[in-house]
Amino acid sequence: MNKKKNTKKSKVAASVTNSGEKKPFFTASELDLKKFEPTDAQKKELYYFIMLNRAFDDRVAKLYRQGKIIGAAYGSRGQEATSVGSAYALGKNDIVGPIIRNAGAIIVRGLPVKNFLSNFIGRSTTPTGGRDGNSHLGDLNIGVFAPISHLGSLIINLTGCALAFKLKKEPRVALTYIGDGGTSTAEFHEGMNMAAVWKVPFVCIIENNNWAYSTPTMNQSNLKDLAVKGKAYGMEAVVMDGNDVFEVYRVSKYAIEKCRAGNGPILIESKTMRMKGHAEHDDAFYVPKEMFAEWQKKDPIIRAEKYLLDHKIMTPAENEELKNRVAKDMEEAEEFALNAPFPLGEEAAEGVYAE
Amino acid sequence: MATITYLEAISMGMREEMRRDPNVFLIGEDIGVYGGAFKVTKGFIEEFGADRVMDTPISEAGIIGVCVGSALMGLRPVAEMQFADFISCGFNQLVNQAAKIHYRWREAVPMVVRCPSGGGVHGGPFHSQNPEAWFFHVPGLKIVSPSTPYDAKGLIKSAIRDNNPVLFFEHKFLYRRIKGEVPEDDYIVPIGKGDIKREGKDMTVVAYSSAVHWALEAAEQIEKEDGVSVEVLDMRSILPYDKELILQSVKKTNRVIVAHEATLTGGVGGDVSAFITENAFEHLDAPVRRLAAIDTPVPYSPPLEAHFLPNKDKMLKVMRELAAY
Ligand SMILES: Cc1ncc(C[n+]2csc(CCOP(=O)(O)OP(=O)(O)O)c2C)c(N)n1
Repeated sequence: MNKKKNTKKSKVAASVTNSGEKKPFFTASELDLKKFEPTDAQKKELYYFIMLNRAFDDRVAKLYRQGKIIGAAYGSRGQEATSVGSAYALGKNDIVGPIIRNAGAIIVRGLPVKNFLSNFIGRSTTPTGGRDGNSHLGDLNIGVFAPISHLGSLIINLTGCALAFKLKKEPRVALTYIGDGGTSTAEFHEGMNMAAVWKVPFVCIIENNNWAYSTPTMNQSNLKDLAVKGKAYGMEAVVMDGNDVFEVYRVSKYAIEKCRAGNGPILIESKTMRMKGHAEHDDAFYVPKEMFAEWQKKDPIIRAEKYLLDHKIMTPAENEELKNRVAKDMEEAEEFALNAPFPLGEEAAEGVYAE
Repeated sequence: MATITYLEAISMGMREEMRRDPNVFLIGEDIGVYGGAFKVTKGFIEEFGADRVMDTPISEAGIIGVCVGSALMGLRPVAEMQFADFISCGFNQLVNQAAKIHYRWREAVPMVVRCPSGGGVHGGPFHSQNPEAWFFHVPGLKIVSPSTPYDAKGLIKSAIRDNNPVLFFEHKFLYRRIKGEVPEDDYIVPIGKGDIKREGKDMTVVAYSSAVHWALEAAEQIEKEDGVSVEVLDMRSILPYDKELILQSVKKTNRVIVAHEATLTGGVGGDVSAFITENAFEHLDAPVRRLAAIDTPVPYSPPLEAHFLPNKDKMLKVMRELAAY
C-alpha cells in the first residue's frame, strides 16, 4: 500500500544526499525479513497488545473527561502498532525509552496497566510514586528508561545506554522513539551523530504521524521522508508502514538483531498518523477531515484483526475472547487505580539525592 | 609526599580512580591523543586506551546525555567540558534529565562533569566564566570547587565515587600557579565539608576556589598591618555547602565576608549570607559583606578584566571596612 509513495522518495533523497548511492533508505519490502516473521501465537499476542494499548488510551481519555485525570492526557490512537510491534521485538535485557505516544511499549515491557493508570492520577502505586505523571516513568527492572518532556533528549540518553553496552561488551540494544517534530531539535542531531560515529547498538524510530501539535511535518522539515536524515549521519535507514503491527515487528526485529550483531545504529521511519488531537484538550480542528478518513482505513487494529481472521490464525471465538480480556484488564485497572492511595505530602521532600 | 600542581592533582585523582574501578571512563572533546585543552588527561589514552578516554564530536548536550545513559547502565563517566562556558549547550541534559532522575524514578546517576572555569587568563566573555550559580539552583546536582591541590585530588575522587551527578569546577588560573603537597596514597575529601584554611578570631571570610587565595593573601597583610585576625573558611563544596562549619566560625568571629569570583547578583554568596543572617543574626556585629565580580560579562582587555574581577586588594578593602564597622 505504500509502494506508490515509495517510488517518489528516492527523488527527494537524491536531491539531498551526496553519497552517490541511489537510495538513501530501504523500504520494508526491499529487505529480506522472512526470518523475522512472528509466529502465529506472537501475532495474536501483538493483536492483543495493540487492543490493550488502545483500550488503555481510551480509559485515560474517559477519566480525563470525567475530571479524574489531573494533568495532561496524551494518547496514541492510530499509532499503537509502532509502539507495540517494536517493543515486542526487543530482548529481555534490552532497554527502551518510550515518549508520550508509546504507552504500548511500556505495557509490552510488562508494567501492569493498573499501575500504569495510577501514574496518570498521581497515586503511590506506580514506579514514580506520584513524583511524575502520565507515561513519564522509568523502571530498569523492565528495561524502561524514563523520558523527560524535552523532545530529543532521549536520543542522546539511549545512545549513552548503547555506548555502555558496547564498552562493556554486553549483547544488548537500546531503542527509543521521536516524533517528526522532535527531529528538529538540536539534541536529536547530537545524539544521532554520536550514535553513528561510535557505531553503537541503537535503534531510533521516528514516528512520522504528520503532525507535531498543530504543525504539519512540512513546516517542520523540508524532507518528505525523514529517514533521509539517517543517511546524513551515515546510518542505515528503513521506512516502514507504522500501521501494520506485523511489519513493525519484522522491521524492528531486523534492526534490533542487526544492532546486536554489532552493525548499528539504525534509523527507522514509521509512516503513521495521529488520529486525535495532540492531547485530550485539543480537538484537532486544524487536521483536514479527509485526512482522518483516509487514515481510518489503515487503522492498525482493524487491519490486524482482518489479517488474523482471513488467514485463519485466529477464530472468531478467540477474537471475542481477546476483546473480553482487554475489557476486563481495563475494568480492573480503573478499579485499582481509582482506589489506590495517594502518596503522603511530606514524601515530596525525599529522594532528591542517591545515597 | 610530592609537591605538585593543582592540575596534576586532578589528573592524579582521576588516574587512581580509573585504576581502581574499570567502570570509570572519561569522555570529552580532544581529551584523548591531545590530552585535553589544558592537558589534564595527558597520557591517559596511552594507559587506559581509547575506550576509556573517549574523544567526542563537539556536542555538549551529547556528552552530558551520554553520561546519563551510560551511568544508568552501570558505568561511571567523567566528562570534560573543554571550557566551563560551553556547559550552557548541555544545560537541559543536566538540569532536566541528570538532576531529576533519582527523584523521579529512584535510579542513581553516578557521573562527573569537569568544568575548567574562571578568569584572569584573558579569555574574554566565553572562556572565563564561573557558571556555578546556574546549577546552584538545581536540586539533584552536587557542585564542588577546590582551591588547593590536596582538595582537588580528594574531591575529584569523591565526585567519581558519588552516586549523583557532580559538577567539578576547576579553576584555570590555579591550574599551574598553585602547588602543594599531595599524598600519593588513596584519600578523599568528602563532598559537603568545608575547611578552615587559616584560623582567626576577628572576622571570617567564607570563600571557594580563587577567592580563597585572595582571602589568604589579604589576611596575611591585614594581620601584619592592622593586627586584625582573619579566619579563612574554604567551602570546597558549593552544593551542598557546610552550613555547620560556617555557623561555628561566624559565632566565633562575629563578622563575615562571603567571597567568590563569579558575579554578584544571584551568586552563591547571596544564599550563604541569607543563611548566616537567618541563623546567626544575634552573633553578628556587622552586616554580612559580599565580595564578587561586578555584574557584567567577563571583559577581555586586561584593564577591563582587572576592574571586573575581585582580587587581594579589593578583599583587603572590604576587610578593613568590616573591621572598622
Ligand atoms: C524541547 C521541547 N519543546 C516543546 C515541547 C512541547 N511539545 C510537546 S509535544 C510537542 C509536539 C511534538 O510533536 P512530534 O515530535 O511530532 O510528536 P507527536 O506529538 O506528533 O507524537 C511539543 C511542541 C517539548 N515537549 N519539548
